[in-house]
Amino acid sequence: MNMIKATLLSAVLALTAPAAFAAGGGGKKIDDIDFSFDGPFGSYDVNQLQRGLQIYTEVCSACHGLKQVPIRTLGDAGGPSLPEDQVIQYAKNFEVFDAELDDFRPALPVDHFPKSSISNAPDLSLMAKARAAFHGPYGLGINQLMKGTGGAEYIATLLHGYTGEEKTQAGTTLYENPYFPGGWIAMAPPLYDEAVEFQDGSENNIEAMSEDVAAFLMWTAEPKMGARKQAGFAGVLFLTLLSVLLYLTNKRIWAPVKYKD
Amino acid sequence: MSGIPHDHYEPKTKGEKWIHTRLPIVGLMYDTLMIPTPKNLNWMWIWGIVLTFCLALQIVTGVVLAMHYTPHVDLAFASVEHIMRNVNGGYMIRYMHANGASLFFIAVYAHIFRGLYYGSYKAPREITWIIGMLIYLLMMATGFMGYVLPWGQMSFWGATVITGLFGAIPLVGEPIQTLLLGGPAVDNATLNRFFSLHYLLPFVIAGLVILHIWAFHTTGNNNPTGVEVRRTSKEEAEKDTLPFWPYFVIKDLFALAVILVVFFAVVGFMPNYLGHPDNYIEANPLSTPANIVPEWYFLPFYAILRAFTAEVWVVQIASFVTGGIVDAKFFGVLAMFGAIAVMAVVPWLDTSRVRSGRYRPMFKWWFGLLVVDFFALMWLGAMPAEEPYASFSLIASAYWFGYFLVILPLLGVIEKPLAQPETIEADFDAHYAPKAGNTTTSVKSAE
Repeated sequence: MNMIKATLLSAVLALTAPAAFAAGGGGKKIDDIDFSFDGPFGSYDVNQLQRGLQIYTEVCSACHGLKQVPIRTLGDAGGPSLPEDQVIQYAKNFEVFDAELDDFRPALPVDHFPKSSISNAPDLSLMAKARAAFHGPYGLGINQLMKGTGGAEYIATLLHGYTGEEKTQAGTTLYENPYFPGGWIAMAPPLYDEAVEFQDGSENNIEAMSEDVAAFLMWTAEPKMGARKQAGFAGVLFLTLLSVLLYLTNKRIWAPVKYKD
Repeated sequence: MSGIPHDHYEPKTKGEKWIHTRLPIVGLMYDTLMIPTPKNLNWMWIWGIVLTFCLALQIVTGVVLAMHYTPHVDLAFASVEHIMRNVNGGYMIRYMHANGASLFFIAVYAHIFRGLYYGSYKAPREITWIIGMLIYLLMMATGFMGYVLPWGQMSFWGATVITGLFGAIPLVGEPIQTLLLGGPAVDNATLNRFFSLHYLLPFVIAGLVILHIWAFHTTGNNNPTGVEVRRTSKEEAEKDTLPFWPYFVIKDLFALAVILVVFFAVVGFMPNYLGHPDNYIEANPLSTPANIVPEWYFLPFYAILRAFTAEVWVVQIASFVTGGIVDAKFFGVLAMFGAIAVMAVVPWLDTSRVRSGRYRPMFKWWFGLLVVDFFALMWLGAMPAEEPYASFSLIASAYWFGYFLVILPLLGVIEKPLAQPETIEADFDAHYAPKAGNTTTSVKSAE
């Protein structure tokens, strides 16, 4: 029994060890934001994704790309869920290079979003998964189950975390942002209050917009989150049922051996 | 197949006899499935089935992933994203494969430490143990190469660091490293050969698993008492054993189902928990991550590798004695492989005549400390290479070697073991007392 306890403990420890090294960002602590997609049953808020798409299109896309994301997926259920005609219309915002034509043409839904237009602007497709702000409690990372990895929180907090200070270093202007590792970031503050006007009159202060675009980038990083959670839920449910059945079967098979009369 | 007497397959119908005289495959399957198994096995004997399941899971999901993956430095990262976004169910297949590797290693570590506690490595099961260690080494090689395939930042830099270890070997190191990489640095050739080997090695593992099973089906399973099954007659053997089917198959499947509940919860709700976020950034040879860390299952040995720096006196002595051939880097590599090697030769380091740790009062404590040491090393492997972690790593590494090279050989001499049960049946009946009381539960002294 001693051994079994030790093993259970070791299994728990083994699972929790890696989160300890996932840390290492070095920026200021990121607070949790209550996103709709947190937790095992969380899902994306379609309206928020559409607002985030608008912010990305009007602001971020000037420099950053989303090269891993096919434009057609904007119409997918569980994502921004744009109607088909809007997706076709939206694709025309971008020009892509067509090797067959040997020329640029307006993008079609089958094309991907363009890549970043300036070299030091990272591609944003997977940014929400490449940044993990949560490693707790005690560096175990278990709170990911309820809060997510904190990637969306990091993006949202960073976007409205500028102090307003700037400095020039080796010909580059750097902007002070305590949430960025090192405290100085090359990206100029991209958002300000009322930078984007929403058709439905949604809140457009800098905090609300930061969250909207962070949610959108979570979707670009993990577009199948809803389906994945559903599959996970079905797996847990049916395997629990199977466990119960096997437990009872096992008990019954062993009963004559263990409790002979 | 087994040395324990038991019923064998008898072809009954004409058709069965026809097959049996030409290829006795049904008999082989019957004997394997009906193998007499000690009836007192506890829940630590379930990991074999879990490991077999993991191997099958990894091969099945891996074969499907290979249909959609492109092993090219310009395309690999995007092809993984293609799997995640466009392939039907691709996100589940990939997450199951990635987390399946972790489950595989959790199970293998539990399996190894089970063997270390209950003395499963002792005569006559040394070959089973050695084959197991070979499987474990191949698993590490396969896991490492698999982690390189998505071509993220940790893939690239992990590969650079680990292949660099081979370069530390004097004389032959550099040619070996070049052969591994297919060039002077991690590049397209590296990715291609890693993909090829990552696909090949699991089948080598499968072959070794068959040998592993063959070996312990020949000697019979060990059990929590370490006392052998009586095998002078079938009647006697049947008092100590039960057939594998259905008793242990159902028991093991129950355990597997419970483990899979946790597995599916991780895959479904926190699939990136065990991965490093940096691996979602495409590999960039020009940008080194702040802290390069291998996958969690390498961390204990990674800690041992880094523990032996040039300031450590053992390293300085080794360097002096060998005239500088064994420098700190090479010493670290030797220590890392040595840490696994001492585990592999443990059948010849443990001098105790008593097999199971259950009857070894002093061994229990040292073994418990080894388990703690293992997790301490895992934690230290994840920490940056600076004080106080460096000193802790050195102490923890010293204990790892001390346990195998000093404590185990000594314990067998100085320890006074407890009384072992005379038979497996006696141990079983001590837990599940027969009501009629027709079986005598007697114990003999270990003296």
